[in-house]
Amino acid sequence: MKLGQLFPSLLTLLCAISAHADEVNVAVAANFTAPMNAIAAEFAKDTGHQAKLAFGSSGKFYAQIKSGAPFQVFLSADDEKPAKLAQEGLAVPASRFTYAIGTLVLWSSQPALVDANGEVLKKGKFNKLALANPKLAPYGQAAIEVLTGMGLLNQLTPKFVQGENIAQTYQFAMTGNAELGFVALSQVMKDGKIANGSAWIVPGKLHTPIRQDAVILETGKGNAAADALMKYLKSDKARAIIKSYGYEI
Amino acid sequence: MGFSDADLAAIWLTLRLASTTTALLLLIGTPIAWWLARTRSMWKGPVGAVVALPLVLPPTVLGFYLLLILGPDGPVGRLTHLLGLGALPFTFWGLVVGSVFYSMPFVVQPIQNAIEALGERPLEVAATLRASPLDCFFTVVLPLARPGFITAAILGFSHTVGEFGVVLMLGGNIPGVTRVVSVQIYDHVEALEYAQAHWLAGSMVIFSFLVLLTLYTRRPNLNKAG
Repeated sequence: MKLGQLFPSLLTLLCAISAHADEVNVAVAANFTAPMNAIAAEFAKDTGHQAKLAFGSSGKFYAQIKSGAPFQVFLSADDEKPAKLAQEGLAVPASRFTYAIGTLVLWSSQPALVDANGEVLKKGKFNKLALANPKLAPYGQAAIEVLTGMGLLNQLTPKFVQGENIAQTYQFAMTGNAELGFVALSQVMKDGKIANGSAWIVPGKLHTPIRQDAVILETGKGNAAADALMKYLKSDKARAIIKSYGYEI
Repeated sequence: MGFSDADLAAIWLTLRLASTTTALLLLIGTPIAWWLARTRSMWKGPVGAVVALPLVLPPTVLGFYLLLILGPDGPVGRLTHLLGLGALPFTFWGLVVGSVFYSMPFVVQPIQNAIEALGERPLEVAATLRASPLDCFFTVVLPLARPGFITAAILGFSHTVGEFGVVLMLGGNIPGVTRVVSVQIYDHVEALEYAQAHWLAGSMVIFSFLVLLTLYTRRPNLNKAG
């Protein structure tokens, strides 16, 4: 057996030994960190099952899952990777569903820079515009669609700085290095409202919906805790938490 | 399938960044190494420790602080703004500044070791022959410590080529300006373009191996010469 095959199978073996019926390992897209922590705490209280969470980029999780990473459930930042995993026989196709729809927001750490209609983009009086890498992140793709729709793409491309993911994009905007940034509403929302700076909540009709899909992986087939978690994510309680962080559902 | 235009642009940018950084580091690092090797000051320990910090710190820590310090609200950011240079993050020169910090120990330490290994004797002899300190540096120290300088340059260059975390935090992934090879590989992997990732990643492995091979096979001869 080659080393490349040995490592994943060791991981699977370890996982098989350590995973109890009431424990589920979940790979969670980084943008969903805060709501998922809240949901996992409630999930443990209500069902007695433990959800062990790992946060990271969906692309990396995809690569790890293909190499046999010990996750039973995958909450992706998009709807493509769960579909691809299902197609490749690594996930249970029937389990796939949209757990959250992301909301895109144009945000600045400066209190008065962004107006309620995003006119600031047309005026162009800002140093940089941060967005997530459109090749990798659905929020970045959505930002490009918005700019294209407004007819500003070519004009603003020289002002782009790209984050590898939406978290890094927020960092560029938060530190003021980029005066404007297309980020996730969930990042700037606290207790149901935008915590600081100024923002334009981009109307959903200006871009393809940012669907975030969840799926049970092959390794989680028949795992009671995995099934319970998927069911729990669809519950009113979980949906209320998800909405409070600025997602639609 | 080989390298795409974007890949080639990233390679070219990386080579420019590494050469610029190495040249600057030899200029800045040599006086620091000289001072560290010869001083009896109580500051030797603290300064040596600061120079070595990037060996221990995760690059994301370095990148994060550089982003804050060089940013519009940071102390250095304000200064560069006053000087009319604008903000450094998201520019080539911002990456150079980051890389200089990041690769500093790899240049300073080999030079410092080489100068320490010379001892006092050659310098004393030069002084008795009325060589000025500067003269002494160029005609005695530089030739004798040459292996140290070569090691420093090779390590500084290759360490900068392998840089990732700092560039990611400070760069903003702008094609031709801040998108270096390591970031391009990361993008390929994240976008599931594994074939293109292999081309670049494989080249990096070969490059790194050749650099280290050069370093380790040259070393004994140079030591003899030194």
